[in-house]
Amino acid sequence: MRHLINILDLSREEIDELIDVANDIIANPEKYNEACKHKILATLFFEPSTRTRLSFESAMLSLGGEVLGFSEAASSSAAKGESVSDTARTVSCYSDIIAMRHPKEGAPYVASLVSEVPVINAGDGGHNHPTQTLTDLLTIKREKGHFENLTVGFCGDLKFGRTVHSLISALSRYSGIKIVLISPEELKVPSYVKNGVIKANNMPYVQTTDLESVIGDLDVLYMTRVQRERFFNEEDYLRLKDSYILTPKKLEKAKPDLAILHPLPRVNEISVEVDKDPRACYFKQVRNGRYIRMALILKLLKEANA
Amino acid sequence: MNIDSIVNGVVIDHIKAGNAMKLYELLNLEELDCSVAIIKNVTSRKMGKKDIIKIDSDFDVNLDLIGFVDPDATINIIRDEKLVEKKNLSLPKELTNVLKCKNPRCISSVEQELPHIFRLTDEKNRIYRCIYCETKAEI
Repeated sequence: MRHLINILDLSREEIDELIDVANDIIANPEKYNEACKHKILATLFFEPSTRTRLSFESAMLSLGGEVLGFSEAASSSAAKGESVSDTARTVSCYSDIIAMRHPKEGAPYVASLVSEVPVINAGDGGHNHPTQTLTDLLTIKREKGHFENLTVGFCGDLKFGRTVHSLISALSRYSGIKIVLISPEELKVPSYVKNGVIKANNMPYVQTTDLESVIGDLDVLYMTRVQRERFFNEEDYLRLKDSYILTPKKLEKAKPDLAILHPLPRVNEISVEVDKDPRACYFKQVRNGRYIRMALILKLLKEANA
Repeated sequence: MNIDSIVNGVVIDHIKAGNAMKLYELLNLEELDCSVAIIKNVTSRKMGKKDIIKIDSDFDVNLDLIGFVDPDATINIIRDEKLVEKKNLSLPKELTNVLKCKNPRCISSVEQELPHIFRLTDEKNRIYRCIYCETKAEI
């Protein structure tokens, strides 16, 4: 049984194929109206997540399928002490495919070991969130037309940001990608990403604390939230927080075809004024999330029924 | 320095100097009733210095655990004061229920009866990662 737990479970060719299908869904949505008729998606969300859950449900409904599930652990049998394995085994008897979010890292993998239907990891703690990475890749492809030879900047919290780590891993498979890492010293990418992914794949990279000095080089800018609680002292937070807020002024130096991405939710790291800028792609990214999840559900169901 | 020879038991030899106490603890040797000798900093032609552990009983040693801590160690099985088997170790590909994941957010910290499994992900640097959350194994 094929599952999606980690973005690297998919080959580069499979990711390219999913992006092609998502693009076809965007161009010809009516073709897919009944593609999953009589199929059921179970959304098992052991912690709340409005965006991801609704995106999965919207994806399945757009394919003509049905959805069932729960949106918090309190309304599931986990509240009675049921294990993840037993819940997954049970729900796989009621559904054709499962999307699971869980605060414990590795929980969707445990579910995949016993499930009789495909399991999609919809986020497991600070670990993996592969459908966000697929969403990011689709957005980059649609905005830039290709992945090769792009200069991609990551800004903000690069230490704890799982979406940053996964996207860098996924981009490492394409040639000529240059990575620009923009973060305070305290929130630099961990060594397993810098050494294990960037250096191991010979990706050229630049590391800086100053967004304005590199913004003009970027084709893609991936913003993340700098969270107060990540700092050891308030003084450092106050000193650094404004350096990583994207404003129209900072964008004056950026390329006219820069694509600005953000996994959302944002707090204040992108000024609301930037939303009007045609380079702001983060709401298009949300829309793309639905289409790439449609493509993924189609692929996994097709493979499960093959 | 004289240590009595073993009649039936196990000698863990060629332990990297300093690792014997670590192995003693991880193998739970303090729970044994028989004689256990830890010999530290023994002069060795091959290694300069080494540690040795002698266990005077038929102890079922966890080869995966010893291989994880010190893959260069050798295991000698003694019967009637004679060496009957010598086992060389290698880095195990997988460790099952040898260590527990130290990541408090790992599913293995709460899921009942889930085996604790670590997989060798970097042979050169001897790095094992939890198969559930990918956290690096630590002793």
